[in-house]
Amino acid sequence: MQISFKEWTRKGNPWIWLNAAAVSVSLIAVLGLMLLIMARGLVHFWPHSLIQADYVLEGKEPVPVIGEVAQHEDIPTEQLKAAGYPVKADEDFMTRILLKTGNRDVLGSDFRWVLEGSLKNVRYPETLITLERREWGNYYGYQVAYKNNGTVVANAQESGDKTWELLIAGIARADALNAQIEEIEKGEIGKVNYELERLRLTEKRLQLEGKATDSALAELEAERQLLHKDYERLQAQLGELYTEIGRDTVVMRAMNGQETEISVSKIVRAFQPNKMGLIEKIGHYGMKLGEFVGDDPREANTEGGVFPAIYGTVLMVLIMSIMVTPLGVIAAVYLREYANQGALTQTIRIAVNNLAGVPAIVYGVFGLGFFVYFLGGNIDRLFYPEALPSPTFGTGGLMWASITLAILTLPVVIVATEEGLARIPRSIREGSLALGATKAETLWRVVLPMASPAMMTGMILAIARAAGEVAPLMLVGVVKLAPSLPLDGNYPFLHLDQKFMHLGFHIYDVGFQSPNVEAARPLVYATSLLLVLVIALLNPGRSGDS
Amino acid sequence: MQSSVGKAPQLEFDTPRLRRHRQLRALKDRVARHAIAAGGLSVIVAVTLIFFYLLYEVFPLFRASSVEPLATYDRPGAAESVTRLLAIEEQGEKGMRLTARGLVYFFDVKNGVVESSVTLPVPEGAEVTAVAEGALGSRKVAVGFSSGEILMLQHDYRVTFPVGQQRLITPSVVYPQGETPIRLAPEGVALTSVALSDGDDNLMYVAVGSDGKLYGKRFEKEENFLSGEVTMEEVALALPASDAEIESIALSPNGRFLYLVQATGTIDMHDLSKPDKPALVDTVAAVTAGETITDLRFLLGGYALLVATDKGRVIQFFPVRDENNRFALEKIREFDSGSGDVVTLAMEERRKGFITASSDGAVAAFNTTAHNRALQEGLSDQPILRTALAPRANFLLVETADLKLHLVAVHNEHPDVSFSALWDKVWYEGYDKPDYIWQSSAANNDFEPKYSLMPLVFGTLKAAFYAMLLAVPLAICGAIYAAHFMAPAVRRKVKPAIELMEAIPTVILGFLAGLFFAPFMEENLPGVFAVLLIVPVGVVAFAFAWANAPKPLTQWVPDGWDAVVLIPVIVFLGWISFAISGYLEIWFFGGDMRLWLTRDMGIDYSQRNSLVIGVAMGIAVIPTIFSIAEDAIFSVPKHLMFGSLALGATPWQTMIRVILPTASPGIFSALMIGLGRAVGETMIVLMATGNTAIMDMNIFEGMRTLSANIAVEMPESEVGSSHFRILFLAGFVLFVFTFFVNTLAEYVRQRLRKKYSVI
Repeated sequence: MQISFKEWTRKGNPWIWLNAAAVSVSLIAVLGLMLLIMARGLVHFWPHSLIQADYVLEGKEPVPVIGEVAQHEDIPTEQLKAAGYPVKADEDFMTRILLKTGNRDVLGSDFRWVLEGSLKNVRYPETLITLERREWGNYYGYQVAYKNNGTVVANAQESGDKTWELLIAGIARADALNAQIEEIEKGEIGKVNYELERLRLTEKRLQLEGKATDSALAELEAERQLLHKDYERLQAQLGELYTEIGRDTVVMRAMNGQETEISVSKIVRAFQPNKMGLIEKIGHYGMKLGEFVGDDPREANTEGGVFPAIYGTVLMVLIMSIMVTPLGVIAAVYLREYANQGALTQTIRIAVNNLAGVPAIVYGVFGLGFFVYFLGGNIDRLFYPEALPSPTFGTGGLMWASITLAILTLPVVIVATEEGLARIPRSIREGSLALGATKAETLWRVVLPMASPAMMTGMILAIARAAGEVAPLMLVGVVKLAPSLPLDGNYPFLHLDQKFMHLGFHIYDVGFQSPNVEAARPLVYATSLLLVLVIALLNPGRSGDS
Repeated sequence: MQSSVGKAPQLEFDTPRLRRHRQLRALKDRVARHAIAAGGLSVIVAVTLIFFYLLYEVFPLFRASSVEPLATYDRPGAAESVTRLLAIEEQGEKGMRLTARGLVYFFDVKNGVVESSVTLPVPEGAEVTAVAEGALGSRKVAVGFSSGEILMLQHDYRVTFPVGQQRLITPSVVYPQGETPIRLAPEGVALTSVALSDGDDNLMYVAVGSDGKLYGKRFEKEENFLSGEVTMEEVALALPASDAEIESIALSPNGRFLYLVQATGTIDMHDLSKPDKPALVDTVAAVTAGETITDLRFLLGGYALLVATDKGRVIQFFPVRDENNRFALEKIREFDSGSGDVVTLAMEERRKGFITASSDGAVAAFNTTAHNRALQEGLSDQPILRTALAPRANFLLVETADLKLHLVAVHNEHPDVSFSALWDKVWYEGYDKPDYIWQSSAANNDFEPKYSLMPLVFGTLKAAFYAMLLAVPLAICGAIYAAHFMAPAVRRKVKPAIELMEAIPTVILGFLAGLFFAPFMEENLPGVFAVLLIVPVGVVAFAFAWANAPKPLTQWVPDGWDAVVLIPVIVFLGWISFAISGYLEIWFFGGDMRLWLTRDMGIDYSQRNSLVIGVAMGIAVIPTIFSIAEDAIFSVPKHLMFGSLALGATPWQTMIRVILPTASPGIFSALMIGLGRAVGETMIVLMATGNTAIMDMNIFEGMRTLSANIAVEMPESEVGSSHFRILFLAGFVLFVFTFFVNTLAEYVRQRLRKKYSVI
């Protein structure tokens, strides 16, 4: 039985289908975004094969190129012509490839567009090496020799694989030394510096308070001498380690034939991607993933890990939830259980509800003006006069960021808790009261335990919102690179005045403020994925409750 | 054992211990009640504090300015000698007075006690006849003598902090070009008006002699690279020949423009950029007949000229370029001193402002950009002769005709903000017409801040408009379908999935928009528009085909699963649209649509544009609107629908005629809340537009929104400055707007809920 188009339209079917299409489009948008982030973020850690080819453009000398294929793209021939490529116009489209050629110090840039058709003699040599370096990004090329204190100990042409093994061993040795150096620099010297700064502030404080007696000063001076001695000892150790670590170098040859000598201490890891089997590649992938989650960033945040950002995000959200939950619950209990349910309470309720819709940046402005400049400035004057004019709390920091976000998420907790309280039947309260319990006892023993799932929901919603907000944090204390974690071994352990890193801000900063956006982009996808995962993990709490 | 059952145990409830226990419980109850009330109320107060704090930071912008007389004393130094120049140094502690005899007195401005004095190398028998200050803040002064000679001096203040003492300011006079006066006019001709321009590489004096002629000298500076020593060499200077009698002159600090004022009130503007060939640029009748020019000064920056008259007017001029790149001296705006006349002007060194003084003893403070009179106040019943304004514009020194000096504190923090500066077109220096511009800072100090909020508000609304353009149809149509046509099993999965989108941090959407969508759209621009056509048409075509498809196939898909069936269809249609994008570009746009837009249509294209914002922010807003609208439609009482269907209406007719009208307030409130979110969104706009404050509805151009502007500029803005407070004002505007919109939505929603409960 065929339906005519006219009949079909008359019943409004096209409209219903178009409405269905709107749902489908929304779903595609959600799923598409997730898939996009996942695909781009997860691929980043896979060891890509290195291709070597001769790039032959008409009328020019063939150029040898080495690199990872980063992107394929079909482009109208017209546009290529307009851009000055010598192309033949027998096809409408040509494929071009974005090649990550690395070797920024040698070639000037990390990436290069090439036309696929012009790549001749494409091969995957097994001896090609990827070097991940601490500076200048990746290096792709062949190993020429391995040097010890400037003398060649192995030559690739003669000793073959031995040079490679020497390099791997050298990197392991440098890693161990680097760990020692870092321990001394960050751990022990950091501690000495922290103590010295504390002494300086104590002395200044004594002077300000007029208690700077000679004996007190002499005591401080003695302590300082001890610390200085410590410092010198550590410096000497460091000096030895540095000469030790600078011992080995490796000579590499890039695609243009230029040879470069690279200090082994500057290499994070080396691998021969074309030689790796699947198992090796999976192992490498796991290692890179571990580095991403557990290590510090390198190279202006475009390489390495995001551990400090994860740490900062989690710590900030924790402090925020510790503050926001009791406050929000008290306010909700007051509004629902104690306040007169009149027009005024209703107005307050609507106002609180609407505060949840006020743009986050407004809270940032409030936090900067009220907390940082006003409260922080006054705290500095009263309690930290010795550190002035450099501010302690009078600048953005962990505490102000947490409080600002606590205010931002307060309405969420209040509304959720109030809804939970409203759902508890009146009869239960009355039963408790009838048995002789006071109102406070009813509240504490009966009502609050029953409302606790709602409070949890409120807290989870608050955390999910706080973890994703970036705009207010930009004003109240987030930084692109914090020198140390806000929780460490130096008294008072939790440094509420310190600036911190944040996953969301990391995305903004690396994606938009970084000098080498193209190279950093995969890392930003990975960071985005991490942030989405954190928030998605928190979200079941929300759907479970409703 | 049996017997005890029927007998109630003898329990004593009124023991002292239980009484105490009861009292304790009652006390606990009271304490809990008060503690919770206090705690709850203070939390609520703390939350509402936001509003009042924003207001408190914004308020000083609109507070009236005031003056506060601090001290009055006799003229320091030789009281009978005529004062030629007054000045106050940076900290507002020391004053300087230069007399006609050539004596410089430095005194304490609080009490007028002379602390030191310097005698200038005045030529034999001559006295100081004219004085001109160099560029504002340079503290360089050209002193013209009755002998026809001129001398440049600089009054300097060295600040030291001796151990255990207060700050110490030591004034001195230095002579940058040596202590010997330079002869400008022949002997016997006194200099009646002088002008000084001391630039980086040349120095120029111009003066009017008592014979009404112009005299001038120009020196070129050359710096020795090794010693850093500057040597001066005189070079020829040709001055414009003028027949009319010149009353006074002004020379722009960069030495380029020379303004000659004639007794008739006409101003000639000459271009001296070619020293050997001065060119008359423009002649302007500055004042009306019978009005006399009393003072002539450059505004900060040395570009705009202020002319004060004896009718109480101050008129601002500056050179404006026409299409042919020729300058003309334009009258920009006019200020009314509020008194009968203006005797003298005192210029601010840090802002585009000035203070007038009148012979009725009143002063008034103005700002040129804001075109407002910040204050007007009578200081004395004596006529004012001369004024000096401290560099920070916080102290004013006034000399009155009874030979007294008055020190006045000026409280005038934000003269540069007025209603017209924020919301009207303003004619800024260097522009050819009044315009709306936001440009809050620049590299140089004498920059004119441009605080028009119009481009930001425009950008905010533009971004919200394009976001809503995408989000509203998708979210509302989706809500209609999800609430009424979708199978409940699907709905239970789809709704949380779309709401999950709300939890995606906007920084991620912004990043994707800026680094993925923007380049993608730029490359596949025809595809983006093809999607708009191909997807709806394709969906309808598919639906019709589906309606006619063999029953076994269609029956396999239950009712209300259409949206799921459509997903692969739409993905396919979308893929087709982008796959043919390149061909469309070749067939219709000569291979490059972007180039075609710019060249053939004259539409500018920037990569991060409103289209990108529309998509990214649309995605951010869809879940908000969808969720609320879906709730509103879903909770329309079912018997309305059943009644309509029973009367023979089709499901679609029921939807349009019965359900939507009933749910429309709820949908309205969904739109309002969505709008509130779009207006306040920061990260997406920050990352996916170029953040240029332009006023252009073009979909291929970006914008700068209020929120992104705050995020960009707030960290750099100086605390307490006008800029800082204007950013607070922007935050306040956002707060009030979203709060209002949300309240409206909430109100409508509550009314709707009541209505449903009645039906």
